[in-house]
Amino acid sequence: MGVDIGLDLHKAVEPDRVHRSVYSDPGIFELEMERIFNKVWTYVGHESQVPTVGDYWTVQIGRQPMIMVRHSDRSVRVLYNRCPHRGAMLYGDRCGNVGKGIICSYHSWQFDTDGSCKAIPLDKGYQGTRLTPGDANCNVKTAARVHSYRGFVFASLAADGPSLLEWLGPAKVAFDDMCDRAPEGEVEVVPTCFRVIQQSNWKIFLENQLDALHPAVTHESTGRAAGEVEEAIQKKGGSAPLSYHFLSAFATPISKWDAFQTIGYRHGHCILTGYMGLRPRDPDTVAYEKVMEKAYGKKRMEEILGVNIHHVLLYPGLSVQSPLQQLRAVRPLGVDKTLTEIWHFRLKGAPEAIYRRALGYYNLVNSPSTMVNADDLWNFWKIHKGLESQGGDWVSFHRNAGQDLEDNDATTSVIGTSEQPMRNQFKAWTQYMNGAN
Amino acid sequence: MAEKTKPNAKSVARKSAAKKSTAAATRAAAKGTKPSGPNGRDTLRDVEQLLYRQAECLDGKRWQDFIELFTEDGTYWMPAEPEQTTGDGVPSIFWEDRNLMTVRLKRLTHPRAWSQKTAWGTNHVIGNVTIEKEDARTGDLVVRSRFHMMEFRNDTTRHFAGSYIHHLKKTKAGHRIKLQRVDMVNAEGPYEYVLQAWV
Repeated sequence: MGVDIGLDLHKAVEPDRVHRSVYSDPGIFELEMERIFNKVWTYVGHESQVPTVGDYWTVQIGRQPMIMVRHSDRSVRVLYNRCPHRGAMLYGDRCGNVGKGIICSYHSWQFDTDGSCKAIPLDKGYQGTRLTPGDANCNVKTAARVHSYRGFVFASLAADGPSLLEWLGPAKVAFDDMCDRAPEGEVEVVPTCFRVIQQSNWKIFLENQLDALHPAVTHESTGRAAGEVEEAIQKKGGSAPLSYHFLSAFATPISKWDAFQTIGYRHGHCILTGYMGLRPRDPDTVAYEKVMEKAYGKKRMEEILGVNIHHVLLYPGLSVQSPLQQLRAVRPLGVDKTLTEIWHFRLKGAPEAIYRRALGYYNLVNSPSTMVNADDLWNFWKIHKGLESQGGDWVSFHRNAGQDLEDNDATTSVIGTSEQPMRNQFKAWTQYMNGAN
Repeated sequence: MAEKTKPNAKSVARKSAAKKSTAAATRAAAKGTKPSGPNGRDTLRDVEQLLYRQAECLDGKRWQDFIELFTEDGTYWMPAEPEQTTGDGVPSIFWEDRNLMTVRLKRLTHPRAWSQKTAWGTNHVIGNVTIEKEDARTGDLVVRSRFHMMEFRNDTTRHFAGSYIHHLKKTKAGHRIKLQRVDMVNAEGPYEYVLQAWV
């Protein structure tokens, strides 16, 4: 039998290893919902998802059903998806337009898109009762805080805590890198969302995102398959689209991944450096660079296209691949079940070919027919099952422990395959679980 | 209809043309007379056999045989959304030419395709086969059908169902698939695990 730590969180996390219960214990999961997900800034969507007044998308924050909606003053509001009367969700679908207002399908209470109650039918019935039509109790509850950065909308269910920009810190580069690559400095959503459910704890996915040790092992089959076909196309005198390189790069030997770096920031955020070969000298790239140079000038263009990022992880709920304009939002459904919502964005003002190049990655790596995540998800399920077992108590994050380079608020790994990102995530986890913001 | 498009004059015209040719093919099949196309009186039966053979390739995991049912420039397409009229330049669940199909085949058969280690299998049932369009000159066909696929993998059962539209090109070796469109009714739902092979 393993050591039963119950819910004693102080014993669960050590600097270089964590107890398996943090992944498998339903009680700890409930505490995470309360102490992490109900407090942090959660990505709810992009402003371009709701271009017209009244447009809405339903979304989950922690385990709260929420509505992101465009209000009449053009601001984006985030409301609890719950009627204040008898508690029914106001919207059961994924997106739409509220039309003349939000109307509950149960008793026709009506609300404006800022949540304020506009009408209660037959409100005479409330005369002499403790409910007064028109007072705040009749409004739809709103998220405590909503803020967006470069079009990406976040909400927090807690009134207190760091501002969005403070919370993002240097990891805001996720959105800067993505938007700066657009000649117009902003992106718009490609209105398709792929949703894939992982049979595993949410933290397993986040740890995998910046784990440079796994691709050569987990994705060898896909990397080699793509490499062989890429080579065959070239032998026939053709040129394989960059999508083949996106896939074959997964078979890059571990030693090369070591040349990358991970940089951890406060709140568990982290970036993995490592450019994805997106600046070949093909005509599409050259044409794109021309447009970029016109928009920004040569010096700034070089700065923008020289940003060396593979992935940015915004702990605990977002994984951003800025150079390919895609992101995966993490929605924990239960201790052993996690939904990822996967989105792609278009660089405004960039040539069509640049969008198509990234689309190749979205289709091949991030769609439900992914040849890459097929093996990740299989790992995640096996990891979760292993961590439910009593075959051992601890999860090791010892790789290059004690060697991280500390500099002000950043912690840099000595090599790309260091387990520094996981240690950094658990540092933040421990702070949240102990009640810090 | 072969393509799903927003109603406009052009698509309405296409729809009625498709309806006419379907009606003609059905009438011909009912009478047992040879239809006025170059494919002979058993076109519908031949087409059904092709669809069944394709399903057998998937259920039998004969991936290379599956790929060879496509023309050299053939495409397998599963739209991300039913409104899509092409997979070109828009997100798709699958949008694969024979080269990309070969990547998938090589991955599926690689000894270290880890998620292939657990036993899995599928069972396709194809029905409601209708010839939507027959080109009187070339013998090319547009065929609509419905499928139901049950997958058993890692002790879990999943169901996928929807429609196929096969754009078939007549070749010396019989009909080959120029474009296969796969619209699953549950395409837009959340996926518990992914699709490792074609549906």
